[in-house]
Amino acid sequence: MGTQTVTPQAVQHPYTRYLRTDRLPHIWCPGCGIGIAMGAFLAAVDELGIPQEKVAVVSGIGCTGRVAGYVKFDSYHTTHGRPIPFATGLKIARPEMTVVVFSGDGDLVSIGGNHLIHAARRNIDLTVICVNNFNYGMTGGQMGPTTPHRARTTTTPYGNLEFPFNLPYLVAAAGAVYVARWTVLHVFHLRESIKEALQRRGFSFIEVVSPCPVGFGRPNKIGEGLEEMRFYREHALIQNGLHPKDAALSFRDRIVVGKFVDEARPSFLQVLEDHFRNASRDPSHREG
Amino acid sequence: MAANTFSGNGSFPFWREPLDAQQIPHLSTSITIFPDLCKGCGYCVEFCPAQVLATSDRLNAKGYHPPEVVKPEACTGCQFCMRVCPEYAIIVEKKLEVPT
Repeated sequence: MGTQTVTPQAVQHPYTRYLRTDRLPHIWCPGCGIGIAMGAFLAAVDELGIPQEKVAVVSGIGCTGRVAGYVKFDSYHTTHGRPIPFATGLKIARPEMTVVVFSGDGDLVSIGGNHLIHAARRNIDLTVICVNNFNYGMTGGQMGPTTPHRARTTTTPYGNLEFPFNLPYLVAAAGAVYVARWTVLHVFHLRESIKEALQRRGFSFIEVVSPCPVGFGRPNKIGEGLEEMRFYREHALIQNGLHPKDAALSFRDRIVVGKFVDEARPSFLQVLEDHFRNASRDPSHREG
Repeated sequence: MAANTFSGNGSFPFWREPLDAQQIPHLSTSITIFPDLCKGCGYCVEFCPAQVLATSDRLNAKGYHPPEVVKPEACTGCQFCMRVCPEYAIIVEKKLEVPT
């Protein structure tokens, strides 16, 4: 049992082979949870043993959109709100790839909100990891569609009058086959959940609740990221199999986490394969 | 490490070293911290279940206080600090050591 000091080449972090280390350190603020979520994803890929060249990561714009620039997979940094259309095309053209959309709540839910629900409706074989920090962090902490009711942001200085989306309920209602929510404090749960989601055929969605000490913590007098994480530790409630309708997040109240939906439904690519097989001219392949 | 764990120096006066202590494999952990990557969020110090880490007094190149290992013998190798570090600045290696 030893304590080593700095010998950078002696030991290597297990994530290093999946990271573009020349881009590091990343731009995320001290206390930001996106690095933890990205690490959980890298650990999931590592443990599943998916070949590095068979993974594609697509990101949109925002703090979480930077993920595509840091991971050493085939990655693409799309325009605002459009990672899912790009990933849909990529998955249909290259079905053998594991396509992961890694983006934030502002990107996926507000600007790309329609793409999200329609991808879930089609049940396209994607894994969407949505890091929810309750505001638009990169542009200065504006109110977004996931900002809790009564929470303060730079554009809602007297408290948010609107009501937020319940993301698991939204995507489950639209037809996703795998829906889960974890906070970044639940690193191991998150990693196992991402592993499950990567193995599912169909649209899988994982919401990752993350601290945003600068954009959300400061105007709401929460303090640093550590205070937010302590809040997760005290208020997070694991309820696997809960109906997503009851999984709404509210401001400074309990945070329901867990795996809410896990069901089987023919995915878009399976339907597409069946269609091509039936439509082929060879009578031996014709059904019915 | 095995010798320390099973030594007769503990508070219990009648403790003796188990007869097969030298044959049982035991977990060996090593913690590596890269202080210059740290941004001082404090998650590793706060959430270590065994309080192995503590915030150090010195400053790193960015001006943050990186963690330091204060109780290496308490580490169980759960790797939570490694997984919860947003900067990937901590490495916990664990291996099963078979006494020879």
